[in-house]
Order: sequence, then structure tokens, then C-alpha cells
Amino acid sequence: MDTNNMHPVMKWVEYRLPVFSFLDHSLGTQYPTPKNLNYWWNFGSLLGLVLVIMIASGISLAMHYTAHIDFAFNSVERIMRDVNYGWLIRYIHMNGGSMFFIAVYIHIFRGLYFGSYQAPREILWMIGIFILLAMMATAFMGYVLPWGQMSFWGATVITNLFSAIPVVGDSIVTLLWGGFSVDNPTLNRFFALHYLFPFVIVGLVVLHIWALHIHGSNNPTGIDVKNKEQDTVGFHPYFSVKDLFGMGVFLMFFMFFVFFAPNFFGEVDNYIPADPMVTPTHIVPEWYFLPYYAILRAFTGDFLVYQVISLGGFLMDAKLAGVLAMFASILLLLFMPWLDGAKVRSCRFRPIMAMAFWVFFLDCLVLGYIGGKPAEGIYVTIGQFTTFYYFFHLLVLVPLISRLERPKPLPESINASVLKAAE
Amino acid sequence: MSDTATPEQGAEVDDKSKRDFLFISTAAVGAVGTAFAAWPFIDQMNPAADTLALSTTEVDLKPIEEGQSITVVWRGKPVFIRHRTAKEIKDSENVKTADLIDPEADADRVQKPAWLVMVGICTHLGCIPKGNKPGEKKGDFGGWFCPCHGSHYDVSGRIRKGPAPKNLPVPSYSFLSDTNIKIG
Repeated sequence: MDTNNMHPVMKWVEYRLPVFSFLDHSLGTQYPTPKNLNYWWNFGSLLGLVLVIMIASGISLAMHYTAHIDFAFNSVERIMRDVNYGWLIRYIHMNGGSMFFIAVYIHIFRGLYFGSYQAPREILWMIGIFILLAMMATAFMGYVLPWGQMSFWGATVITNLFSAIPVVGDSIVTLLWGGFSVDNPTLNRFFALHYLFPFVIVGLVVLHIWALHIHGSNNPTGIDVKNKEQDTVGFHPYFSVKDLFGMGVFLMFFMFFVFFAPNFFGEVDNYIPADPMVTPTHIVPEWYFLPYYAILRAFTGDFLVYQVISLGGFLMDAKLAGVLAMFASILLLLFMPWLDGAKVRSCRFRPIMAMAFWVFFLDCLVLGYIGGKPAEGIYVTIGQFTTFYYFFHLLVLVPLISRLERPKPLPESINASVLKAAE
Repeated sequence: MSDTATPEQGAEVDDKSKRDFLFISTAAVGAVGTAFAAWPFIDQMNPAADTLALSTTEVDLKPIEEGQSITVVWRGKPVFIRHRTAKEIKDSENVKTADLIDPEADADRVQKPAWLVMVGICTHLGCIPKGNKPGEKKGDFGGWFCPCHGSHYDVSGRIRKGPAPKNLPVPSYSFLSDTNIKIG
């Protein structure tokens, strides 16, 4: 960075702590970015924005919230009615959770379509999956804090998942609860951890961006940068401006829900104070957990996949199989760089893989739909089929198609593909 | 100092195995020490002394009529106490245990056949089954029915149909007198 034109104060700082050249190299003119990035590449910076909004609104809420079973529900109602702009801050935080997951799922599917997980970005991708897991844990614990009926029963059902673990399961559940049921100790620790985890996510995001900056962004063609001059442009001003534009559009979408449909993503039952003696007739998790919930519930004694993996019920009961499958559905994504054996990254040049991708995407949507329906009749059958397909795609289709499909010819370079598209 | 072995200038000293030993033993002691130091931070999450102190509940059975059920709170959980009729006892005892999902004889689930005491939490994912209040759906086997994922329990609280893997658990309890029990 040319320090001669700097303001004397900046120059003084730069000499002692080179923040300006650091920023210039990480987000500025000196960070080479493939010039063909499309709008699907906006979601990384959007996620950073949502994380900042969640931390800022969350700290504001924590100043008024009381983590005690006798006061939690009322303290949230007080935020809504009495605290200055409390309604706004809480609705931002509540809907921010949904926005976070909308953006992260788009970000992940973008990575899957364009092969962003492939070498040399495997660790970048795996850190991303860990961020997803940390986000899920944070969101789950945050949902418990208002201490409504869904808070309580969601916490009960999810913590009970761990009781499926053989031998030590019940001890683990007692340890999680700090008692014999979801109770005040549980609420207290969930608040402590809900406050901690976002900062863990910040740490993971730093690693994620660090890993990203080693080899730079993937791009829609999936081919490497060959000529820095021709294939890339500086992040600033080209992509900083594009990201800011994306943020504007995204914030309009976000604020539409905050102001006009603040409870669209919520469950009405959570406005009833928690009652450990009454179970709501239909327990559903938040929408972003529905696909996993569908996978969990698909495992019943007569599910063929269960019969096979448990050797006819010999290895484990259906409850444990469901829990394992639910965790596996996410953990398997860690292995995408190796499940996919193709030499070409982007599905633009892999038509069969692209088709499989869209069927998989649809399968995830159907799983989400089924997760929100009662477990009876046709929903069970559809849930079991889509669960089977989820794993079939990751464990059979991806390894086979990626190794057998002959990809279409690749453009010579990123620059060539841009020039061709402009013709 | 004359009997101290001093290696010649520049000679290699073969102490690799000694260094390995020191390295491994230091690391091992460090790891064990860390594990011990971590335990209080894990164990603090377990139920505290005051939580444990509240872990028993006494119940007076006198007001419960035959055929009636009540729900009491024990350790923050609902406990179902049913005063069973002679027919219910007979029906429960006549079930062939081999046919059950979680085989258990009725006699093993009660101390006195008239009194069925069990934790009213579905063994699937922790919902509270219906059927303890008059007018609630009791399921296909006349006992309890969990509306969350459709598990049916019989009048002995045994799982008969649905996704739950186990019978409703019987807590440890003792009769203090003929009409008084202590749960926990």
C-alpha cells in the first residue's frame, strides 16, 4: 500500500499497526476476486451482516431479559410492551434467526452446485459445516429462552434425543438438564451458552475467511484463476459495492418480516407460558430444523432402511437409528470433497450432476414440508422415501455420477468465459 | 567433578530414548492433571444438592376412588397414579408378555395390583400421554395415548403400539402405610 499519500495520522498508525494495508489486502483493492462472480456469491457477506445484527440485537435483549423460569416469559413480554423499542429489537432478533438460516442454506447449496468444497477448499468447506452446527445449537438454545410452550417442549424433545445413546444416555440427559427435567438450571445454562456461542461462531468465521483468502473465491465456472490481471478484479470497489447492493435488497426482505409479518416464522404456542404438565398436541421445531426432524421421525421399526442398518433391529432400536441418521445428515456433508470425485467443480459443466443436485434440493424441501406435518398416514411414507433419497444422493449418486460423468468442455479461462458471455 | 563423564567436544550424545521418555511422561501427567481439573467444570452441570433434596414426593392415596387416576409432580415430572379396577388388573395380568414390544409382566410393574404408579412421560421423545383425566383419549388398549407421535399404552402402562421403545417407567416408591406412598 502506498503510504506516501496517507493522512499523517493514518501513516502514524500504519507504521505501528498496519491495519490499513491489512484491510486493503483482505477486503480492499489488493484482494483479487474472480470477476465473474454472480449474485449467489453475495450470501457470505450477507451472513456476516446477519451475524453482526444478531449479536447487536442480542446484547440489547440480554440487558432486559431474566433467565429464570418464573420471570423469563414475563421479561420477554416486558421487552415487547415497556422497553423502549424493545418490540423492534426482539422482532429483529427473532426474524434474524430465520434470515440467518435462509442465507446459510442458500450459501451451502451454492457451494454444492458450483463445487466450492473441492480441492483446495476442503478445510474452508468443513469449517463452514462446523459454523452451521454452531448456529443450530445457538438457535435451539435461543428458542428456549422465552420459556413458552414450544420453548419448553422443544427443549424436552431435543434433549431427550441424547437418551437414545446406549448406557450413558440418561446420565448425559441429566447432565444437560442439571436436574430431572427441563427446569430452571437448564434455562440458566442455555442462556449462558446462547450468549457464548455467537462469539465461537465469530472465531470460526475468522478461520473460514482466513481459509477462503488462501486460495480465493471459487467462481461459477469452477476453474482456477490463471492470469491474475485478466481473470480477477480488486475486491474493492467492484465487489464491495455489489455486496452493499445485495445487503440493501436483503435488508428490505428482512425488514418486511420485522415490520409487517413479525410472527410469520414463529409458532403461536410459544406465546403460552411453559407448562411442564401439558404437552401441546402438535410439537414442531422452527422451520429451519424441519428437514432434520423429518429424518429423525422417519426411523420407525418397519422402515426398510432402519431394518438394513440395524441388521433387523439387532444393532440398535429405531429411536437411536433416527438420532444417528439426523446427525449423519449434516456430518456427511463434511465428506463432500471426497464423496465427489469429479475433476471439474461447477455443475455448469456437469449436466447429470446438475440434475441430481436439483432433485436433491427438492428432496430437502419435501423433507422440510414433511417435518412440519403430523407423523401419520401418507406423510410417514413420503418422509421415509425422502429420507432414503437424501442419503442415497450423498452416498451413492454423488460418488458414482462424479466419477462416471464426462463433463462438457471447460472455457479456456475465467476471462474467456466472461468475453464469450458478453458476445 | 573428575568422575563426571564429559563427552568429547562435538560428540553426539545418544539420549533420544531418555528425551522421549521425559516428553511422553510429562505429556501424560499433564493430560491426567487437565482431566482432573476439568471434572469440577463438568460436574457443576449435574443436579445440585438442593435439586437432589427435592427429589422425593409423598402422596396420600385415600381420596383416589377405584377407576380414578391422578397426576402428581415428582422431580418436575408428572407421575400417574391409577387406582385400578378388578377388571383392569385381570386384563393386564392376562396379556401374554411374549407379545409385547417391551416384555414385562404386570406383576413386575406394581407393588400392590390395585395401585399403578409410573412416570407419565412417553418413552419416545418425552411428551405427556393423554388418558389420565376422564374424557381423554385412552388409545386402543384402554390405558394412555401419546398424541405427539401416536404411542398407545395399556392399563399397565406398557407400550403396545407406536414408536415408543419402552413401557412407561415405574419410579422407585414405597408404601409408608396402606394409603400413603413416598416416591423417590
